[in-house]
Amino acid sequence: MRKDRFFKMVLWVSGILFTLIILSILIYLFKGSYLSIKTFGLKFLVNKIWDPVNEQFGLLPFVVGTLLTSIISLLLALPFSLSLAILLGVFYKKGFLNKFLSYATELLAGIPSVIYGFWGLFFLVPIMRKIEIKLGILPYGVGILTASLILSIMIIPYISLISKEVINMVPQDLIEAGYSLGATNWEVIKKVIIPYSRSGIFAGVLLGFGRAFGETMAVTMVIGNSNFLPKNIFSPSNTMASVIANEFTEAVKDIHLSSLIQIGLWLFLLSIFINFIGEIVINKMKVKGEK
Amino acid sequence: MKMNKRLFKDFLFKKIVILFSIITLIPLFLILFIIVKNGVSAINIDFFTKLPKPPGEKGGGILNAIVGSIFLVIIASILAIPFGVTVGIFLSEVKNKFTETLKVLVDVLQGVPSIVIGIVAYIWIVKPLKSFSALSGGVALGLMMLPIIIKSTQEALYLIPFSLREASFALGTNYTKTILKVILPAGLSGIASGILLGIMRIIGETAPLLFTAFGNSFLNLNPAKPVDALPLVIFNYAMSPYPEWHKIAWGAAFILILLIFILNIIVRKVIKRWKVQF
Repeated sequence: MRKDRFFKMVLWVSGILFTLIILSILIYLFKGSYLSIKTFGLKFLVNKIWDPVNEQFGLLPFVVGTLLTSIISLLLALPFSLSLAILLGVFYKKGFLNKFLSYATELLAGIPSVIYGFWGLFFLVPIMRKIEIKLGILPYGVGILTASLILSIMIIPYISLISKEVINMVPQDLIEAGYSLGATNWEVIKKVIIPYSRSGIFAGVLLGFGRAFGETMAVTMVIGNSNFLPKNIFSPSNTMASVIANEFTEAVKDIHLSSLIQIGLWLFLLSIFINFIGEIVINKMKVKGEK
Repeated sequence: MKMNKRLFKDFLFKKIVILFSIITLIPLFLILFIIVKNGVSAINIDFFTKLPKPPGEKGGGILNAIVGSIFLVIIASILAIPFGVTVGIFLSEVKNKFTETLKVLVDVLQGVPSIVIGIVAYIWIVKPLKSFSALSGGVALGLMMLPIIIKSTQEALYLIPFSLREASFALGTNYTKTILKVILPAGLSGIASGILLGIMRIIGETAPLLFTAFGNSFLNLNPAKPVDALPLVIFNYAMSPYPEWHKIAWGAAFILILLIFILNIIVRKVIKRWKVQF
């Protein structure tokens, strides 16, 4: 019996230790960014100048870069992810095509982001450069649009896998009721499946967004690393994550390092917020599906 | 006439869905094709057994990065596997408000961008020790692995029928032994695939290593000194201006993809065979 008590204690200690780890992540990020928070206050969030030499630090260019890349990549990824989810969840629920596409999607999700970036740098950037020459813009090749393209390829597997699961949760009798009324596949999808799984798909999109804004390597390699406010979607820029990757090891001044850590703190808080909403929506969906 | 329009719409929709799905796969094949094409030619025996040469000189390998990656994965596994499995058991055994919160925290850790994990490992270990180190890289990777192991352990144990536990208790086995000798082995397949999935995720992680493991062009097995890793080599060499280095990066990318592919197959084929049927 004493052994059992010891075992249970070990379990509890591990749980408490895990909680402490998460808490200390938050505390240490806050502590690390304290100097920058104290110096700049809320102005840090709206200042559009990031100039390590003159010790001017503002988050705005990176917020804009992050939002633009994430939103464009989501818009690009959405039709493809939904198609894949509908194909796997409605048209081909079993069989070779389902297995093949599921496996390929899984593989796509498993490729490390540095390899996406590498491929983007040597394959996508030259193509973008040619397109930009044709359009008559400065042919950087790298930039927001290139990064968004890579990001959209990276988040398609996540959105489509979650959407597929949600579509599978739609009660079969509802779908069959639709068919028995003579509705076509398209009508059943549009009138039954999509309305029923709307909130779940939204959660999938949200989690895809969560991945897109925190993604570092692939973006760092193709976005061009410019610390100015982007003029259009072709211009080089930086996201919150990529500026950390670029400057962290080179930051000599305390205030520079502290400002970079503060960006990390915001990324951390934002990721918690997004995951939180996503989980709430998915859990609601689960309850509805079980009824 | 109206009927035909409806059917046509349906037909068109299905074709569009199929078309879009196929387009989705094009990048996958492009990536695999280019990596295999450029990667295979870069690989020879020297590639696995030699250290890198300075730019301009031909030859050289990435032994330092291969050893470094294995070293980092070992450190991360030692830190994350026992701890993660224990937390997983805790979550599946105890149900109260605290464990509900804990589950949310596990999700939180899983959603944290990897670059932020790198910052945390930097603050925790690199700053106090005043040096980039294999240990800090291992801690960062361990943190990334932890939620995957916890979740898979918890889910694997959740699936084990209660009757198994009752049978064990009926034989007079105490609680500790029931969990460690009956429940845990029954869930081994799920836990093992969770561990492999965790390794699959961290072996390609670059962002948390940039300012922890940092990179090192020499062989190193001292946890307090910086080490190199396959993804770091890909990043550093790909961003360099030297074509010979690009070639090495392609080779490293090929090996990395191959490793992930093999792990994936092990998860799918071998581990499933261990699965206890109820």
